[in-house]
Amino acid sequence: MKVLLAPGAGAPPASNPPSRPLASARPCLVLFAFLLLSAGIGHAQAGAGTASALEVLLRWMPLLLKAFVFNIAISVLAMAVGTATGTVLGIGQLSGSRAVHAVSWLVTQFFRNAPWLVLLFFAMFLLPFEISVGSVSVALPDWVKATIGLALPVMANVSEIVRGAVRSLPSGQWEAAESLAYSPRQTLWLIILPQCIKRMLPPWMNLYAILTMATVLASVVGVSEIMTTTGQVLASEGGRPDLLAPLYAFVLLLFFVYCYPIARWTVRLESRFSVKG
Amino acid sequence: MDAFFEWFRVLYDETGINLPFLYDDYDRNRMVDGFLMTVKLSLVCLFFSVVIGVVGAWLQGSTLKWTRRFVNGYIQLFRNTPPLVQLYFFYFAIGSQLPKVATDWGGQAPVLGSFAWAAISLSFFAGAFNVEIFRSGLEAVPKATVEAAEALGFSRLRIYTDVTLPLAFRVCLPALNNNLVNLVKTTTLAYAIAVPEMLYEANQIWSDNVNVTEMMVFLLIVYFLLVGVLVWSMNRWERALRIPGYG
Repeated sequence: MKVLLAPGAGAPPASNPPSRPLASARPCLVLFAFLLLSAGIGHAQAGAGTASALEVLLRWMPLLLKAFVFNIAISVLAMAVGTATGTVLGIGQLSGSRAVHAVSWLVTQFFRNAPWLVLLFFAMFLLPFEISVGSVSVALPDWVKATIGLALPVMANVSEIVRGAVRSLPSGQWEAAESLAYSPRQTLWLIILPQCIKRMLPPWMNLYAILTMATVLASVVGVSEIMTTTGQVLASEGGRPDLLAPLYAFVLLLFFVYCYPIARWTVRLESRFSVKG
Repeated sequence: MDAFFEWFRVLYDETGINLPFLYDDYDRNRMVDGFLMTVKLSLVCLFFSVVIGVVGAWLQGSTLKWTRRFVNGYIQLFRNTPPLVQLYFFYFAIGSQLPKVATDWGGQAPVLGSFAWAAISLSFFAGAFNVEIFRSGLEAVPKATVEAAEALGFSRLRIYTDVTLPLAFRVCLPALNNNLVNLVKTTTLAYAIAVPEMLYEANQIWSDNVNVTEMMVFLLIVYFLLVGVLVWSMNRWERALRIPGYG
């Protein structure tokens, strides 16, 4: 296993070797200090008789954390939906049938090149508020619509990841499977895709981090996730301008603490797989 | 031209496809303004994010430990937090602390408006990615090239601007291309702090005319074209910069 981390062309720079677990704790500390500092600025500006920024933050912490968990839930759900549909779309792009290939390609390009926020508006306004199947009608709450809106660009990106990974495998794999009398479907599911997972994992995790950070966009279309909740907390504290910096810094910190380990892990996986080839 | 625009009014009457930004003067001006604002915001952010990337990559190669740490901290902070929260932090938290200036009509306005903050915030966001992109390009420049330049007596800054950066630039153009496309798409976030860009104006129009579907399709097409123009010109630039036998 030592070989995997040997310095080489593809290895990360020596300043932050991925093998040191403590290295990832330092930026968190810096950010926490930044949060305390902004809370301190807020405290210095607040007059006597008002709660300090830190007190306000502690008081609303449970609510904010709950809202953040909601963000995470949306991201996990959108990722699951996006991955499932994206994989189908990606395989469709590799299809031998010209029509299937063209349609999958077009759908992928369309959703990959549109801004996330516009797609979110798209889903918010154009999906019905409830779906009726026969006599049963299922209500679509706004967060479900937001999840669908976020799953659309994820789907297109997963499609490209799948296509790229399958294309990156040497064609000898297909030929060898064919000579062993595997059907094309069996080749894809039993031989090609299992090998692709290793290659797809780093970009897929990268995409998940991007998606998590995009969940705050749902606040623009009115889903009560963390940005909306932060706005409500600010309003209920009487709109004090000195609270703006600490509260927004706290939201930044939450996302940083969640996304930074994912980014580190991705880098580590990438460097490991790049040596193995 | 008027006949052309009038045709869309007829289209609306006949089929119900409502495109007021074509047949209505007022809506057309709004849409054109929004489009120009998006282009302007994109160009400003493209320029500054590349400048931040170039300067950041230079600072990252610094011999001072704290300079490198500072740049790394900046990259990690901006890469791992949502751009929308960054925008809010800049606009509401920092923007509200700045002094106000008197406007022409006797009111008070912040020193930096929403456009300026959107430009600053998005430039820093995309810049963090650009630093990493330029760094990966610099790593691809052969060491011998740098040593040769050192032997010829170039200073560290001259080596960077005259030798390594031009070579690195060619290597990292595809990655840069990708990030700049993302930046153009991210300019829609400026909607959240009421910069009158395309999404904002489209929102105004669909609020007045209740034609969300048409406006949405129109928006997607326009962004598609904007991104297409950017990719096309970057590809042309890539070809123009190509050195035969290199990369």
